[in-house]
Amino acid sequence: MGASIPKAVVIGTSAGGVTALSKILSRLPKDFRLPVMVVIHVPPDKPSIMSSLFREKCGAPVKEIEDKEEIVDGTVYFAAPDYHMLVEPSKRLSLSMDERVFHSRPSIDVLFESASHCFGDSLIGVILTGANEDGANGLNAVERVGGVAIVQTPQEAEHQEMPRAAIEKCKSARVMTLEEIANYLVEVSVRQ
Amino acid sequence: MTNDTEDIEIRLLLEAIFHRYHYDFRGYAQASIRRRLKQAKEFFSCPTYSNLQDRVLHDSAVFTRLVSFLTIQVSELFRDPQYFKAIRETVVPYLKTYPSLKVWIAGCSEGEEVYSLAILFREEGFGNRVIIYATDINPVAIERAEAGVYNLDRMKLFTENHRLSGGKSSLSDYYTAAYGAAVFDKSLREQIVFSDHSLVTDSVFAEVQFVSCRNVLIYFDRELQNRAVRLFHGSLSRHGFLGLGMKESLRFTEYASSFIEWNRDVRIYQKKST
Ligand SMILES: C[S@@+](CC[C@H](N)C(=O)[O-])C[C@H]1O[C@@H](n2cnc3c(N)ncnc32)[C@H](O)[C@@H]1O
Repeated sequence: MGASIPKAVVIGTSAGGVTALSKILSRLPKDFRLPVMVVIHVPPDKPSIMSSLFREKCGAPVKEIEDKEEIVDGTVYFAAPDYHMLVEPSKRLSLSMDERVFHSRPSIDVLFESASHCFGDSLIGVILTGANEDGANGLNAVERVGGVAIVQTPQEAEHQEMPRAAIEKCKSARVMTLEEIANYLVEVSVRQ
Repeated sequence: MTNDTEDIEIRLLLEAIFHRYHYDFRGYAQASIRRRLKQAKEFFSCPTYSNLQDRVLHDSAVFTRLVSFLTIQVSELFRDPQYFKAIRETVVPYLKTYPSLKVWIAGCSEGEEVYSLAILFREEGFGNRVIIYATDINPVAIERAEAGVYNLDRMKLFTENHRLSGGKSSLSDYYTAAYGAAVFDKSLREQIVFSDHSLVTDSVFAEVQFVSCRNVLIYFDRELQNRAVRLFHGSLSRHGFLGLGMKESLRFTEYASSFIEWNRDVRIYQKKST
């Protein structure tokens, strides 16, 4: 458990991620208090459908990020297809076109590593279902700065590789079902 | 959180690079620079950034390598075909009204965007009435751009992009394949001027009617973005056009009101008269 009160959430997922994310995001209320940054792997040539897909399902505002925009509490941000999403020390979001990481751009590791640097132990990192190992190093970075590392219970995940790889790299990770993760986030928001 | 020893070392390293080599990365977006420097530190097997600083200061070969870590050479021919399609359909008719056309491609990387536009203008009938200035901060990239040689296995994607951009000829008309490489036609280069130019430290060098600067501003913080857009604004003639990357915009810059959104979807702007 992080020493300070959590101030931000990062979520990473891949195969099976749409369903898993729906179960979490649909539980976030309109007055959710933390910013949430999400990377879900999608084919690079797909238009940005994720933010519009989840806009209807989520109480909190959902949008695709714009370069250098300021992070606003209670907003859910999706990475843009074919760009990495990073958190700047100035608490703004930035894009980059750096090489793919584990064949992925956006990459979960890139988001999580930059976010841990900025938010330190007030960051919550969540890894959900997925079929590759992007995110494991990122969650490890969250753990190293003293943030809260959460992984979806592999047995519940549609694809287990991503959660398993994350658990392997993060000894202190809490393994939770989607329902438990949603409950936890809502509770953290109330405690703000 | 952001004032740990590493942050201090990174600031000093960028400062050292600036004073020794006059390459200014101090106003780049930090998260990405930090990530790139971490990779460089590992590559040079330096235990700390201070150690990397020592090596960079005393060995210019290390600096040359480091520039390639700090600048990202990721590109494609006709990347985002809809951008090039929009140029053909909505900008070209306008550009045709000029007796001759000058185009500036800023941050041209290894030339992918340059050959894309050179081919596009040829297909659209500009003949030799067009001059393209292709600039980048990375001299190695400029050299490769000038050579115009790409791995043959990238051609499948490039060909598809070209077709989707509304290409009026076959991409293979513009290159010859040899030994696993595609070599772009020399005649395309007759209208291109390649040169070293930094949007951070250099100034306006020509009057142009079209600036294409894609996926470079994302690496800058806001202040540098303003500086770069100031150069574009100063370089563009009345009603000239500015094209950015698909996720870039002028919205957060000082120049938002000096341009009109010509095509919002593909981020093409037109300079206002005043
Ligand atoms: C990701 S590439 C973009 C390539 C191409 N424009 C595209 O969109 O496909 C970014 C380029 O910006 C160049 N660059 C970085 N800093 C620059 C500066 N200060 N002035 C000019 N070019 C710069 C890099 O060297 C690199 O070639």
